[in-house]
Amino acid sequence: MTATSTTADAAPNEKSILQRLGRTARRQPLGVISGAMIVAMVFIAVFAPIIAPIDPLQINFADQLVGPTSTYLLGTDELGRDILSRLIYGSRTALLIGFVSAFVGAGIGLVLGVTSAYLGGLFDLLFQRVMDVFMAFPLIIMALAIVSVFGAGTGNVIIAITIPFIPKCARVVRSSALALRELPYIDAARASGFSHARIILVHMVPNVMAPFLIMVTSFVGQAILLEASLSYLGLGVQEPTAAWGLMLRGGAEQFFESAPWVAIFPGLAITLAVFAFNLFGDSLRDALDPKLRSI
Amino acid sequence: MHKYLVKRMLMMIPTLLGAAVLVFFLMQMIPGDICALRYAGSGGTFDASQIARCRVELGLDRPIFVQFFEWIGGFFIGDFGTSMWTDRSVAEEIGPRAVLSLQVAIMATIVSVCIAIPLGTISAIRQNTWIDYVVRGLSIAGIAMPSFWLGILIMLGLLWASNYFLGYGWIPPIQYVSPLEDPIGNVTQLIWPALATGYRYSAVATRMTRSALLEVLREDYIRTARAKGVIEKLVVNRHALKNSMLPVITVIGIEFAFLMGGLVVTEQVFNLNGLGKLFVDSVTNHDYTMTQALVMLVAFIFVMMNIAIDVMYAWLDPRIRYS
Repeated sequence: MTATSTTADAAPNEKSILQRLGRTARRQPLGVISGAMIVAMVFIAVFAPIIAPIDPLQINFADQLVGPTSTYLLGTDELGRDILSRLIYGSRTALLIGFVSAFVGAGIGLVLGVTSAYLGGLFDLLFQRVMDVFMAFPLIIMALAIVSVFGAGTGNVIIAITIPFIPKCARVVRSSALALRELPYIDAARASGFSHARIILVHMVPNVMAPFLIMVTSFVGQAILLEASLSYLGLGVQEPTAAWGLMLRGGAEQFFESAPWVAIFPGLAITLAVFAFNLFGDSLRDALDPKLRSI
Repeated sequence: MHKYLVKRMLMMIPTLLGAAVLVFFLMQMIPGDICALRYAGSGGTFDASQIARCRVELGLDRPIFVQFFEWIGGFFIGDFGTSMWTDRSVAEEIGPRAVLSLQVAIMATIVSVCIAIPLGTISAIRQNTWIDYVVRGLSIAGIAMPSFWLGILIMLGLLWASNYFLGYGWIPPIQYVSPLEDPIGNVTQLIWPALATGYRYSAVATRMTRSALLEVLREDYIRTARAKGVIEKLVVNRHALKNSMLPVITVIGIEFAFLMGGLVVTEQVFNLNGLGKLFVDSVTNHDYTMTQALVMLVAFIFVMMNIAIDVMYAWLDPRIRYS
């Protein structure tokens, strides 16, 4: 390598980050758009106190069910609370529950799935049967059964959403890890006398990150939808906390004819949030693991 | 085939038993005790003797394994327990509601198939054109949109439309009528929840139709059909579509089994007294026997549906032979 060729090589490298971003944007325009939507949502949630024009819990009986005006950009609900501010604060509830239950559920599933594939034999067989049982229930039925035991409220909703995610992730991760187990480097690790825990956590888990990340992204969307459904049924987040599903309960249904804005905007927020995470998950899947495309 | 069926039937036992163990022990994790919760929930004053009597009444004073086997044993003789809320037998409560939910579920599945197969097909044969993008966008939006919100929007749309065209606000009838007595009244009530649930469930089936059809359209025999001059419409309808239906049927079958999940929220919006509403009510009212029974019912439907899908496979594709 001569000096001239190095400088020639260096020229594209200087722009490489921008170029790479540009290339990703061209290849995955939907991924970039949905990623931007997620970043915007996180930004809104974090800076909610600065962005929200009015206190979301401020009840104002003088301004019940006021339509969109310059004071209340998206109108008010039946207690005179500002809908825009409640939507902004609601993003905190949605993202908190979404991220925590997705990451915890998928994380536990990741370790269990890899362990099951690594150990094989009877443990794997039994584990598979237990997972089969969990998979026989729709997410919301499982979550409602858990709520019926532990009760409603934000913390319990997180538990109720996390638990059904564990087997879903464990299954997908296990099938990826099965192929991994046969590779020589795992044999080498075993021959070196590493402990099972070390082989699983240090050598196998990092190699199934692609399906894991795809799962996590789609879980966040599903968790937001599930939280909204539970809250809508009155079995999730409780009043007066601002939560999108909760905003569609009660007044939204009672007065939707005279005050449609109460019913329309929270649903739009849920749809956009779930849409962004699903789309991002799709793009992530295309980028990381095109083989999974049919799922 | 018969042997296979028997084998499948036997294989469903461990799954159902596992589900029973899971549900039963989940309910054992209730903080405190069902009786204590029942009395504490009612808000009135109560003493320890009342709780003790309640425990004897519900059989909670006996060893846990006895309780479990008695509960399981009940399923075989059609005794699913007594609702702790209404004191009527669970079977009595579930029966009439199951008819309504089943009807909505079937209608929703029909809606979902009617949306999914044409849209998925158009999307596949016009791959990467604007129409493909619109269909894919619609299906992703369908997954993202909560069905209860779609329900509210449908009601709102009906009100606006009827006000505009008829001059008065019309909403679907609330009182359930049997399809045998008044088929039109029945359909005008149930088509809306079926639409709300069906649209959501069509999303996955649309995507499946598209990807399965795209795969089949690349096969050699499709090229042969085109080469011998079969018109494109026939190539798609006669040759390709039939062979791409297997995965689509799986998706639709599993979704049918899972429709109960969708009905939980949709029945709430449309105020239908079906299984979904019963489930939500029993969770709200701490009716544990009812919750247990309904969760088991969902697991049972799921397992049966899986067997049905397998049988359908062999029927549709003679190459598949189970032994």
